[in-house]
Amino acid sequence: MILKIEHVNRQYTEDERSVEVLRDINLELKEGEFVSIIGTSGCGKTTLLRLITGLDKANEGRILFQGEEVASPHYKRGYIFQQHNLFQWLTVEKNVAAGLKARHVFKENRQNIQKYIDLVGLKGFEKSYPHQLSGGMAQRVAIARALINEPELLVLDEPMGALDSFTRADIQDKLLEIRKEKNLTMLLVTHDVDEAVYMSDRIVIMTPRPGKINEIIDVKIPYPRNRGGVEFLSLRRKLLEKFDLANAQPQPEYMI
Amino acid sequence: MQAKERNVVRYAGYVLFTVLGFLAAILINWLFPQMDKTVTFQSYQTIFGKMDAGTLLRIVLVILVIGFTVSGALAFRDEEKRKKYIDRAKFRFAMGILIAVLDITGTKMKILPQPFFPGPAEILAPFLEEGDFILTNTLYSLRLYIFGFSFGVLFGIGTGILIGWFEKAYYWISPVLNIAGVIPAVAWMPFALTLFPTPFTAAVFLIVICAWFPIASLTAMGIQSTPRAQYEAAKILGGNTAYLLFHEAIPNAMPQIFTGISTANANAFTTLVMAEMLGQPGGLGYYINLAKVWSSYYKVFAAILIMAVLFSIILKLVGRIEKYVLRWQRGIVK
Repeated sequence: MILKIEHVNRQYTEDERSVEVLRDINLELKEGEFVSIIGTSGCGKTTLLRLITGLDKANEGRILFQGEEVASPHYKRGYIFQQHNLFQWLTVEKNVAAGLKARHVFKENRQNIQKYIDLVGLKGFEKSYPHQLSGGMAQRVAIARALINEPELLVLDEPMGALDSFTRADIQDKLLEIRKEKNLTMLLVTHDVDEAVYMSDRIVIMTPRPGKINEIIDVKIPYPRNRGGVEFLSLRRKLLEKFDLANAQPQPEYMI
Repeated sequence: MQAKERNVVRYAGYVLFTVLGFLAAILINWLFPQMDKTVTFQSYQTIFGKMDAGTLLRIVLVILVIGFTVSGALAFRDEEKRKKYIDRAKFRFAMGILIAVLDITGTKMKILPQPFFPGPAEILAPFLEEGDFILTNTLYSLRLYIFGFSFGVLFGIGTGILIGWFEKAYYWISPVLNIAGVIPAVAWMPFALTLFPTPFTAAVFLIVICAWFPIASLTAMGIQSTPRAQYEAAKILGGNTAYLLFHEAIPNAMPQIFTGISTANANAFTTLVMAEMLGQPGGLGYYINLAKVWSSYYKVFAAILIMAVLFSIILKLVGRIEKYVLRWQRGIVK
């Protein structure tokens, strides 16, 4: 087990009122596994990711990463944010190199910079600044920036949420390719049922207020998956039903 | 091919239009009769031979004509520079005409109230009369500015980082900054003159003070406005506190730091001249004071002319540095 989440609770105090965000979360990730968390907004998905990376602390329970309790952020647990969060004043190349600089290992690893830029398909944009890139390109820079630290767990917080469907499909394939190549464990938070079915070994369904794990579904479709395949569509339907979306009748535009 | 040739001819027309005003000014200075007979121009020995102020004006105008012709030719290749040049043609033409008009009304006919409004040739006369003295004073001002302003920038950014980063420093220093910052720096003059060993160091102190306030407060604001998400991104990548400060907060604050520097620059020019007028043994402000005592207003204008040129050059240099440091903003900010 690379990651173990045991009985984690998280509350906030807001206006002297306690808000329960996560209740009794238990989850284990095997090495090289791809797990997605889906759920409506407000179910504490992002909070869970922040706990895992060490940006936030649980009130109760514990999170073990490679057997050690998570206390603070560490480069071995990479994080791709909803917004790319690139450093606006640095070129693509320097953004990717930021992790090496931060860890003072720039000199011995500088040859990797080009490797990761090529990996995410941004050759030729090394000298561009973030605002000159499209949303999809910027998110790919963020992926390269996280990967150069060679993390063992990569958590992704709806990184494709703001992208158009073509760019999204492109980045999904890229991530699966990277995962296969590096046997990297990934934990993805998403709104998109298709995305979860297309990418994951397991899908965790969370329900809101307070956020808790409702069900964990194994996806047994072999990779690479066909988005139009029978198994794919039936699992997709099953998931949508859980969210009460599959049987919703379209509203008539007018009534006689 | 023909269209291209037409473009070249049209552009050449703009270059001609640009220098036409200055050419007119040369002709008027040269050919217009000196109707007011009280004006006499003395000849002075210079390294270029004997000359009077009228000749100097014509030389300056010829240099402007050559300069604008050459810069026009150089701008031709670059479309953006060409557009800028064309855009400025009208203004430059008007400048030339204004010089010609002032020459007629100020010097040739003397219909402007004298001695308050000398003509352009008279304004240039002090450079022949006491060029060395003006140069000494200009260098004094420049030295004062360089010392005062660079210490002011360092001190200001340093304080700003302290206040912006450490809450304790914010609590203790920012009220002091807010109270002391609104006091015009020259108000410290009497105090500075007694506290510092030389008038020069006293003036440096005043410029440091006046640059310190805007730079410190804007630096602090820039650092405090760094988004939390950016810090988190850096922490995830393995950055320690020093990394967060020097690679996150400070670069993020850079645009505001430069806004502070521009404001401080304007303050520094004011304080510099005021300080020189109030008690310095040299400098352009001192020179103006000296000239005023003798009612030599043409010398006052000469000093003002130098200030305009000197301060513009300084602002331009700072602008260049800013453009380079903030090159990542190109395209975001118009």
